[in-house]
Parts: sequence; C-alpha cells; structure tokens
Amino acid sequence: MNLLLALILLPLLGAIVVALLRGNERAAKPVALGFSLVELVLAAVAWLSYQPGGARLQLSGSVEWIPQYGISLSFGLDGIALVMVAVIALLMPLVLGFSWRERLPAERSRGGFFALLLVEQALTVAVFATTDLFVFYVLFEIMLIPMYFLIGGYGGSRRQYAAVKFFLYSFLGGLIMLASAIGAYSYAASVTGRGTFDWATLRGVLADAPTSVQVWIFLGFFAAFAIKAPLVPLHTWLPDATEQAPIGVAVIVVGVLDKVGTFGFLRYSLPLAPEASQLLAPLVLTLGVIGVLYGSLQAFGQTDLKRFIAYVSIAHFGFIALGIFAFTSQAQVGAASYMVNHSIATGMLVLVIGMIIARGGSSRIADYGGMARVTPVLAGMLLIAGLSTLSLPGTNSFISEFLVLIGSFATRPVFAILATIGMVLAAVYVLRLYQRVMQGPLSGTALLDSVGGPGAATDPEVAVDSGSGSGASRLALRDLDGREIGVLAPLVVLIVLLGLYPAPVLDVITPSVEATMSEVGVTDPVTSQGGN
Amino acid sequence: MDQRNGLEDGVTTSMLAAPEPVQAAQGAIQNNAWLIIAIPLLGAAVLLLAGRRANGWGHLLGCATVIASFGYALALFTSVGGAEQAARSLHLFSWIPVNSLQVDFGLRIDPLSLVFVLLITGVGALIHIYSIGYMAHDQQGRVGRGNTERRRFFGYLNLFVAAMLILVLGNSFVTLYLGWEGVGLASYLLIGFWQQRPSAAGAATKAFVMNRVGDVGLALAIFLLYARLGTTQYSEVFARAGELSTGTVLAISLLLLLGACGKSGQVPLQAWLPDAMEGPTPVSALIHAATMVTAGVYLIARANPLYTMTETGQLVVAIVGAVTLLVGCVIGCAYDDIKKVLAYSTVSQIGYMMLAVGLGPAGYALGIMHLLTHGFFKAALFLGAGSVMHGMRDEVDMRKFGGLYRYMPITFATFAVGYLALIGFPFLSGYYSKEAIIAAAFGEPGWQGWALGGAAVLGAGLTAFYMTRLMLLTFFGERRWQHRTASDGGEFHPHESPPVMTGPMIVLGIGSVAAGFLFTSGERLVHFLSPALGELQEGHTVLPHSVIPVFTLGFSALGVLVAWLVVGRRPVPETAPSRVSPLVRAARADLYGNALNRAVAVRPTVGLADGLARFDRVGVDGAVNGVATTLGAASQVLRRWQTGFVRSYAMSMLVGGVLLVAALLSVGTP
Repeated sequence: MNLLLALILLPLLGAIVVALLRGNERAAKPVALGFSLVELVLAAVAWLSYQPGGARLQLSGSVEWIPQYGISLSFGLDGIALVMVAVIALLMPLVLGFSWRERLPAERSRGGFFALLLVEQALTVAVFATTDLFVFYVLFEIMLIPMYFLIGGYGGSRRQYAAVKFFLYSFLGGLIMLASAIGAYSYAASVTGRGTFDWATLRGVLADAPTSVQVWIFLGFFAAFAIKAPLVPLHTWLPDATEQAPIGVAVIVVGVLDKVGTFGFLRYSLPLAPEASQLLAPLVLTLGVIGVLYGSLQAFGQTDLKRFIAYVSIAHFGFIALGIFAFTSQAQVGAASYMVNHSIATGMLVLVIGMIIARGGSSRIADYGGMARVTPVLAGMLLIAGLSTLSLPGTNSFISEFLVLIGSFATRPVFAILATIGMVLAAVYVLRLYQRVMQGPLSGTALLDSVGGPGAATDPEVAVDSGSGSGASRLALRDLDGREIGVLAPLVVLIVLLGLYPAPVLDVITPSVEATMSEVGVTDPVTSQGGN
Repeated sequence: MDQRNGLEDGVTTSMLAAPEPVQAAQGAIQNNAWLIIAIPLLGAAVLLLAGRRANGWGHLLGCATVIASFGYALALFTSVGGAEQAARSLHLFSWIPVNSLQVDFGLRIDPLSLVFVLLITGVGALIHIYSIGYMAHDQQGRVGRGNTERRRFFGYLNLFVAAMLILVLGNSFVTLYLGWEGVGLASYLLIGFWQQRPSAAGAATKAFVMNRVGDVGLALAIFLLYARLGTTQYSEVFARAGELSTGTVLAISLLLLLGACGKSGQVPLQAWLPDAMEGPTPVSALIHAATMVTAGVYLIARANPLYTMTETGQLVVAIVGAVTLLVGCVIGCAYDDIKKVLAYSTVSQIGYMMLAVGLGPAGYALGIMHLLTHGFFKAALFLGAGSVMHGMRDEVDMRKFGGLYRYMPITFATFAVGYLALIGFPFLSGYYSKEAIIAAAFGEPGWQGWALGGAAVLGAGLTAFYMTRLMLLTFFGERRWQHRTASDGGEFHPHESPPVMTGPMIVLGIGSVAAGFLFTSGERLVHFLSPALGELQEGHTVLPHSVIPVFTLGFSALGVLVAWLVVGRRPVPETAPSRVSPLVRAARADLYGNALNRAVAVRPTVGLADGLARFDRVGVDGAVNGVATTLGAASQVLRRWQTGFVRSYAMSMLVGGVLLVAALLSVGTP
C-alpha cells in the first residue's frame, strides 16, 4: 500500500474507531493517541524515504475519479508538503496529550472531540498531498466541516459566532478559488482540446497563458489563500476563532490549517500563474509588510492571551508572504521553513498559554501576574516559546526569519527594511507579555482567587500566601506536571535543535523551492561571487 | 623571547587593513577549540535542567566550567602565540546553507579573538568564584542548602560566557549575531534575575528591546554585505571589501555602529545600561562592565578593514564616543547610588573606547587596550561595590555610607586601586590606556583633533571628580550609617566579605595595577594585535606629545581637588540637596534620555497599538461584519426554502462564486 495513502487513511480509520468508542473515554483516549503516534512513525518513515533533489513529487499515486472532467485522486509530496505532513503528525499527539484532561463544554464527549481531531488530520494530510486541483478544492472546503464542529461544539462562550465566521470566510475564499480552478480547466480545454485538473499538466499549459488570464486565475487563488493564511485586512476571523476554539484546536488552526494558505501560494499560485505572480508581487509584499507591522502592534495592544496568539501569527504570516513573493531562493526557503518553525514555536506558545489558562481559568492578561515564582517551569516554557516567537538566534524561527529577510533584501530592500522593524516589535510584545504574566509580585484575580481546593499546592516552597484576606489560604497554583512537560518537551528540543542545525529541514525544502522558482522563471540575483 | 621575533615579523608582513592570510587550524588544541564554548554551554544546560538536585553543587560546577575554559584558552594562546601570525579558521559545520548563501558555523582564532577569550574566561572565572559568596544568601536571607536561586544564577552566568565566546570566536557576521543576541538573552535573564521586583523586570525588558533596536542595524548590515558580496564570512568580506562602493561601505559602517551603540550603551541607546544595575552585582561586573558591553567596541575593531575605508564612518564613531564619554561623566557626577555612578562610568569609559576605534588605524589597538584594562579595574570596582553592599544590607545610597575603610580594609584597598586606575593615576593600568587614547585623539587633523581631544581631557577631569566623590562618600568621612536604618528597616553592621569574595577582588586589583605596564612595555599588546588590526599609526598631534599627559593629569588633579572641596571638607547632607543648578537637575534626570525615549518611542507605540486594537475591532472587523449583514439581508429572499444561518450565507456566496466563474470564462476565452 502506498505510504502516502496510509498517511491519509490511518487517521481516518482512527477517527472511526475512536468515534465508536466515544462512550468509553478511558478506552477512546489511548486509542486516539495510539493512532496519532503510529501516524507520527509513518510520517518519519516518509521523511526518511524522501529523496531531496529526486522527483518533483514523490510517494505519488493516482486513481481516476471523474475521467470525463480530467479529475483523478492523485497524490504526491514535494519537500514542502512533506514537512507540513510531518508537522501535523508531530503536533497531533501533543494536542491529544494536552487535551487529555481539558475541561469540555457539558454534554460533549472527549471521544467525539478526539475523533474530529483525527478526521481533521486526515483531511489536512490529504490537502497537502493531493495533486489534483479539483480534489484540492474539495478537500479545502471539506476541511472546514470538522473544524466548524470543533470550534462551534467545543469552544468558548461565543463559539457559535466564531465558528460561523470562520466557516464563512474560508468557504467564500474557497468558492472564489473554485472559479479560478474552473477557469484553469477551461483554458486548458481551449488550448489542448481536453480539460484537466491535473496540477502538473495545468502547470505546463498555463505557463504560456496570456497575462490577463493568469491575473484572473491568480486573484481567485489569492482570495482563498489570503484568507486562509490571514493577510491583513482579511484576518479578522482568526482572532475570534483562536479566542473561542479549545486550545488543542487553536494549535491546529494556527499551526497547520493556516499553512494551507501559504502552501497554496507556493504550490498553486506561483506555478499556475507565474507571470501574474511576478506582476502582482508588490501587492502581496505590501500586504505582507503591513501584516508584519500591523499584526505586531495588534499583538502588543491585546488584552486577551488567545487573541494575542492570533495577532502574533498574523505578523508571522506577513513574513512568510514576504519571503514567498520576494523571489529569491533564500527568502522562499525561509518562508517554507517558517511554515514549519511557526508551527513549532506558535504551537508551543498556544499550548503554554493553554496551561496558564487551565490554572487561572481566565484568558485575560490582566488577571495574571508574577507567576514565575510559583511556577518556574511554566515560566521557563513560556519564555522559550516566546524567544522562538521573537526569532532569537539559536532558536528555529531565527533561521527562517533571517532567510526571509536576507533573501528579500536582495530584491526588495525597502520591504525587507520595513519588515526588519518587526524584529523590535516582536521583542516588545513577547517580553511585555512575559513581564505582565510571569514577573513582578504575584497578582491578578485569576491567581489570587484560586484558593486551595483538592488540587492546592501542599509543598511549602510552592505555596504562597495569597496576601489578600483569608490568612492561611493557599493558592491552587501548581507548576507543570509530568504530562504537561511531556507535551512541551519535544517542541523545546526541536526549537533548539533546528535553530542550531536546520539542515534537515532546509535540505528537504530547498530543491522544491528551486523547482518552484524555475517554474516561475526567476533566478537569484547574482552577487559578484557566491559561496564563502 | 622568540615570540617577540615572530610578532615583529608579523608586523612587517602585515599590511595595513590588508586581508591577512587565514589558515586552517592545526593540531589537537586548535582543532578542538570549540570546547572552550561547549564546556560552559554544557554547564548551563546541566544547571538549568537538573533542577533542585543540583542545588548543592551547582555553583561549583558553574565555576569549574569557566575555569576549564580559561585553562583551554591559555593552552590555545600558547599554541598560536609563538607560530606565524596568520588567523586560524576552524570549520565546524554548515549552519544555514541555501544555494549561494552558505553560512558556516566556524571559529576564527586570531590575536583579537584570543585576547577577548582570555578576558572573558579569566575575569569570568574570578567573578564566578566571587558569586559563590555573593549569592550564598537567597532573597529571604537564607543560606546554603536548597539554594535554587544561586544554581539558576550560575546557569545563566555559564550561558552568558558561552554566548560571549561565540560572539568573539565566530568567523562570520552571522555567528557574531548569534552570540550577540545570545549575550542579550543572558543579560536579560540576569538583569531580571530578581524578577518579582517590578523594577528588575522592567529593566530587563528595556535592555532587551533597546538592544534589539541596535540589532536591526547589525542585521541590515549583514543583509547589505550579503547582497553586495554574497558572503558574510570575515575572511571573504575583508578580502573583497575593495569591491564595495564608498556609499555601501559608509552605510555598513553606520549600521554596524547602530548595533554597537545598542550593545555598548552609547548615545543614543545608552538608557538601558544604568537600569541594568537591577541585576545582582557580579552581573554588573561581568556583563555590564567588563565584557558584554564592550562587544560594540569588538565589533568595530573586528570590522576594521571596512572602517579604515571610510573616514566619514570613522568620524561618526569617534563623535559618538566623545559625546557618550561626556554624557556618562556628567550624569555620573549627579547620582548617589553607588552602582549607578559606576554604570555611568562604564558608559563613559566605553565612550573612550569608541572614540579610540573611531580614530581608525591610529586607534583600533588603543581601544582594545583600554577595553582590557577597563575590564580589570571596572570589574574590581563593581566587585568592591558588591562587597560594600554585602556588608551594608544591600544598601546602594552612598549618603548612608561613610568611613567604611576601617570595617572593610581589603575591599577598601582593592577598590582604591581600581579607583586610581580609572582616574588615570600615573603608572596604573588606566593611565597607560587612557593617556594613549587622548594623545591619539589630539592626533586627528584640524578641528577634529581639538574637539575630540578636548572632550577626552575634559572627561578625564570629570571622571576624577565623580570617582573621588564616590570614594570620599563611601570610605571616608563621618560614619553616617550609624544613626540610619537600611531600606529593609534593619541596622547596619558593616563587615568585610569572606575570602571567596575578597580573593577575586585582590587578583583584579593586582591586574588593575600591572596590566597597563605589561601591555605597553615594548608595545607588546599593540604588536600582538597588529595582524588583526593593522599596525598602529601615530599621527602628528595638534599639541606637542609631551604636553598632553601634563594637560590630562592637571585636569584630573583638578577634578580630585574639586571633589574634595565639595564633599570631603563638609558634612554630607542626608538627602540630596534640592536647590541645585539646572545642569545638576538635568544630570539627575539622566540628561533627559529616558524622557526622550518615552516621548519619541514608548508613548507613540503604546498609543498606536491601543488605537489600532480599537480600529481592528470596530473598523476592519466592523466592515466585514457589515458586509456579512448586508449579504445576509439580501439572502433573506432565499430563506423561504433555506433554513439555517450557515446555509443562507453559503448560498449567497455560491451565487457570487458562479458570477465570478462566468466573468472568468468570458475573459479567459481566447
């Protein structure tokens, strides 16, 4: 059986099994985790069997579906899709681990929750793997359904509003993309006499299409992808979705789902509309830089922990857009690796913030203060996630941000210089958040009101008198337990490892980016002498 | 010494600013030089990950790693020192390889990096040892067992040493950048070490953010170098610097200077450094005096082939240095907080170093020499201040000190030596290094010589004033603490610190005395550095050479005298007098540096962020929701056969989608 097909079907199978077990939470949870771990192993095998510099699409397979319209269920991975499949395979067990004991709304079963997450994983892997434009569209829309239920069924108090908003935004973008897909199909039909949705064939046909056709196709795709990987001003669904979604779902939304947008730019917009991509690059670059600055300032101005994450992501998507449309291999490799590194860094940030909220029961920043003294490990984890978020050299995100900036400086210096200001703003919003939540004296209603119940700290070193009122009361504030540390530890290791030795990711991504660059017909600007 | 012969050969063969030959590292000692970095890095990892288990022995491990690095550095120094003067490069692994951008992780072992490695590990080891005593008490004053804070402290300190070593040993601008922000992180962690104090937390954030402003400069310089030369490695950049246009060289030199200003607390990015005194005093000694804050000077000295090409760039560096040295002196005169005075003194002394490296080939080596002597005497002064605080319940207000020489004789003696070295007392280390800079400043042509030299001499006088004031307030005069209480309400019982603290102070005191003579006899240091920095050029000074020391010493003596007249002869008021001249008031307000930052950067940013947050909710999201509502209203028509919110929206959008498809097809048909 094709490995890639297994990667798609295994989580689906897992979802069915878990859904059947959903009445029995004690069985459903380990089964779901087991499936996600096997999936992780499969992804690792796929990574190892992938040959960088080999065929454009690997592990590929194809089955005819609707031959009269040239639609087939064909799959294959390039380096960029491979790393995204690996990222979701990595994040899913961590998300399940985090959600192991998370409070869910009444009447909702954890088995159902885990089953939906596995369905979402299967669809996401498929959307990265498909090489048929029509199937891509279908999956792009179907993906919304489990997510709609995950947010709308398991989220916070305004979950219905957020879920509908999320759904409508993405759905609308998808429809506009469908228009482009059909346009591409009919153009191929008019040129070759036979319409097709096959990505590789379309690429060859559309490369010679007149610019006006390309521009329309580009704009259709752009609407879908700019909503998905939210570019300002199409971003406002994300803060609501992130705020209302359960933490585990928020990890998937900002960690993986959004990346379908940036992935779409690389896989569809650029090769299918090469001339238009270059023509309209200034538009995307402008939106990207606005995203960096606007998202950063927004993140700084937020009063809610989860909305903070959303705006941080918006800023980072600005960097990714900049990297893709600067058209140098460094910037584009930076952007593609940013997709991985943002998932790791922001994924960890969301999880840590989830652990903070699990303790204080509030997502308002002002409800926290001075936690570091009581929960030093939690504080350290927030700092590590934060440092990666602000792209400190030595962390994974630095490699990507550095590549994006140094690569785009060569062709688009003004945009690169403006985006570099985002470096300072990132330090401001990350450290300010850390200062408010972790440093200073213990304060904030979320912490001081959490007076000891059964889970209260008993270690005198950890317990702190709440100071306000009831004398001997102790805070129900505990540092991370073994499960939580286990959830975060793999991400910490990757943050440091990929910061100091990014070659494993870069080596896989670079050939695919080079292929994309040559499909667009651009080359790196010539410096007087390459290499060192 | 045959070493001298080798050095002299090196001098004759190495042309000014010419690219020096770079050879691969040879022998086991050079090939394993990465251990110098890896050992303290491993120490940091163990200390921070082991948790409470390591509380009992963590401080010993922390010291051992740095001492081991120092030992290795000495061995490396010996292995390189006698051989020919080529820089050695050690390739470790390919770090960021993407097509034409090939950033290697490699080390460059040359005289410049070697003196820094010795300074960092040597002074670093002493300060680690001192910290065993200084950090023995935790915040509650408890001693010994279960001292989590001290273990964490040593973990951060080890992390700092490793990052600083990467900074100076890296062989490209990108590895420098890794160390550069790495020390920024360590500095952030250590300034905010007592993080429950809001002031410490605020100071830490401020330091990191202001450094990041500078880092933008450094980053852009790297981007520009890569865009023009396709490389970021020192040997390549310097060998091919001639291909750069004059404008590019100037831009790079100014961008690097911005980075240097951030890290080294130079005007206009100086305001974070005095606040950094919120950290424990050993941190102030190691990071915010002896090593990290001098990284800016290192950067400019390292990039000397670029600066030598641009006179304008040099002049800007020199002016920044001259302005900063005066600003530091003036503010230093106004503070009563012993650590803040020393902090502004550091700002000012780094100003001297900047001035020196801004003089081009006439000053690179002099800047490094002052950096080294300053490393000794300023570390001695800070450790002395820490010892005073240790014996005075962490009090820092000098108005509560007085007459302490009797209670802390060793602290007094080592502090006094550091003091004399700093004010340039003849034949102590600071005398040699500062005198040389002042003479070189006067060597600049025309008005520049007078302006830069004049500022340097004036600074020497002011330095003598504020340091004498500090000495008199702290160690001499009335024992003002006898009838006062400490900030925590307790009584003062001044006492000498334990040997584990006084030992390092004595060693640094000896260094403060001897370093200058050792470095200058036979121009040893200048010759040693010449392969990396080019040969020292001496210009014709606008004043006769023999007059300058007289001039400087005269100003310094005047400073001492005025200080004695102001604070030595009269009783010291308990609180600072409030009826003072506008200049004093301005100095007490840091010459309005913080006010300026607030007005120019902080308030606009906060205002903008708050405004934008509202705009995003009401404006952008409002508009979107408005459109959605309109569409919803339009689709009311369809609601007859459609139930449910989502489906009605979906339908209206489907219609839109179909319209678009139609539009596209009509356009797309050839």
